[in-house]
Amino acid sequence: MTVSAVFVSFSAPYQAHDHESASVDLDALAGCLSSSACLVTQTTSGLIIGMLLFLVAVGLTLIFGVLKIVNFSHGAFYMFGAYFAMTAYQLTGSFALAMLAGAAGTAILGLIFERVFMSRVYGADVLMQLLVCYAFVLIFDDVVRIIWGPEFKSMGMPSAFQVMPLFIAGGVVPPYYLLLIGVALVVAIVLGIGLSRSRIGKVVRAAAHNPGMVSALGINTGLIYGGVFALGGMLAGLAGALAAPVRSLTPGMGFSVLIESFIVTVIGGMGSILGALIGALLLGLIRSFGSLGFPLFTEGLMYLFMVIVLVSKPTGLFGKEAA
Amino acid sequence: MTELEAGRAQRLAPVRSGAALQRYRDVLIALIAFAVLACLPLLSGSKALLDFIIRCSAYGLFATSLNLLVGYTGLTSFGHGMFFGLGAYSFGLIMQRLGVPIPVAFVATLAITAVVAAVIGAICVRLKEIYFAFVTLAFQMLIHSMILSWASFTGGDQGLRGGIPRPVFLGIDLANHVHLYVASCALLILGLLAMRQIAQSPFGYTLRMVRDNAARASFLGIDVWRAKLTVFVLAALFASMGGMVMALFVSGAYPEFAYWTISGEGIFINMLGGVSTFLGPMVGTVLLLLLNDTVTRFTEYHGIVLGVVILFFALGLRKGLLDFVAEWFAHRRDAGEGR
Repeated sequence: MTVSAVFVSFSAPYQAHDHESASVDLDALAGCLSSSACLVTQTTSGLIIGMLLFLVAVGLTLIFGVLKIVNFSHGAFYMFGAYFAMTAYQLTGSFALAMLAGAAGTAILGLIFERVFMSRVYGADVLMQLLVCYAFVLIFDDVVRIIWGPEFKSMGMPSAFQVMPLFIAGGVVPPYYLLLIGVALVVAIVLGIGLSRSRIGKVVRAAAHNPGMVSALGINTGLIYGGVFALGGMLAGLAGALAAPVRSLTPGMGFSVLIESFIVTVIGGMGSILGALIGALLLGLIRSFGSLGFPLFTEGLMYLFMVIVLVSKPTGLFGKEAA
Repeated sequence: MTELEAGRAQRLAPVRSGAALQRYRDVLIALIAFAVLACLPLLSGSKALLDFIIRCSAYGLFATSLNLLVGYTGLTSFGHGMFFGLGAYSFGLIMQRLGVPIPVAFVATLAITAVVAAVIGAICVRLKEIYFAFVTLAFQMLIHSMILSWASFTGGDQGLRGGIPRPVFLGIDLANHVHLYVASCALLILGLLAMRQIAQSPFGYTLRMVRDNAARASFLGIDVWRAKLTVFVLAALFASMGGMVMALFVSGAYPEFAYWTISGEGIFINMLGGVSTFLGPMVGTVLLLLLNDTVTRFTEYHGIVLGVVILFFALGLRKGLLDFVAEWFAHRRDAGEGR
């Protein structure tokens, strides 16, 4: 049925209904769920999406938890991480150095951004903070466009990972995916233990709870804020660097990631690391399996899920009640 | 309690007469503004200028209605753009499918918007602050995804193509550029006047009280949930009007109209113009559109220029332009009286 045919036809709503059912392909979904090969492939791709999202979202949730700021420019750090990694890889040919460049570069960028700009709008209206971030989203996207050009770029898979994929229960799993999942899990464990056990983690949590008291005890809260922002930026940058070999690079690539990591933090609960992990994995699986059953409505599924969580538990699955 | 009642009884009378006076003044200003705008095509034949004002009408209605939520009620909606998109799509679809006269489609679209806004609003306004922002954003994206995926009905990512029919009604031919211009201006002025009446009415002051102290408003017997829901639906209606003007202007509807960036721009316009004055969003609309048009003409990197301007407002002025001007005048007056 062509578009113009719809416009002149009065019976179109009925036809439209038939047509709509074609965009819902439950047979494909059921077929996949009953085949172990497809199940493994889809689950891994869901885990990959989820783990990258987790790295971005956990930075977002940390920054919100400690600084009480919704960092709308977080996607830009993901983007810079990817571009830094690509440039470093092209210059040195070393995958490890590329990852390091992505993470360290964005950490420095985060520190400067927080100290010079964001620190000026603490305590100001939430809208003011969002506006400053929005301004930097626009500026950063254009900066990338000027430095690296507007066209799609790709970093290419490092030769170390250009090996035969693994076959697990008939499903194809590239080795690079295992590295991705491993790195994200290590980050989750280190962050979780670091925040709950280490001295620095305790100071950070105290600063999140009562910055005035922490400052009165002789601890430099500005340094903590800058450090947390740098850490958040670094994690997003690391996610971008890890994604660079498997995704194409373009100015504005941070945006969809930003929106999705927002959904993750909202679903998991703002400020909760475990929530970010669970939320990211759920979202990744919704995306990979949803694309089979509802190819055109995959994004809609994510938002629907977010609405359901927000309405039934506004603070998110693992969020604490607002103090 | 008796003291409070006594105080209220004393003050009510002068406020009432003042309100009536202000209403006449507002109507007068609206009439003059409309007369000036309507005479513009006689003075200047520039199509670009008229186009610019039509776009200002669409965005102005949208941004001012958002200010009813953000500025007056303290509801930071991040999904207000969904009603802009909903208005454009409903209007376009009704005109294309049913071929009814434009006013019928107009009223029908408002009715659809009211129902959708009531359902979404009933869910959203229970939530506070940042969670309200998120859930409205989620609904916005849900509607956007629905438009994209229901391609046979909405045209999917191509948008509503094939033009929106604009049959002549009572001698008004909206296919005629000047007629469309005058109609847009009329809708803008009527919309602004209606919103002004809402803002200055007792209900408008109830909203301010809900914004400043919802608990106290609730103690005074105000149903906060119902007040928020009412203003949510009202604001949606005016946003939908803006969407209809836009649909008429571009003779179609596109998924971008329902994308969250429209909501983002609305917030941005409000911050640019100022949220504590009624006309702030209107000033912001003109500023943003002017800025967009001039900057895109001179450089392809308009993000940087726009970003720097936003930073200037956010970090430099720390408030919208009209707020800044209003406060500056207030300071001057205070200083003058002090001397």
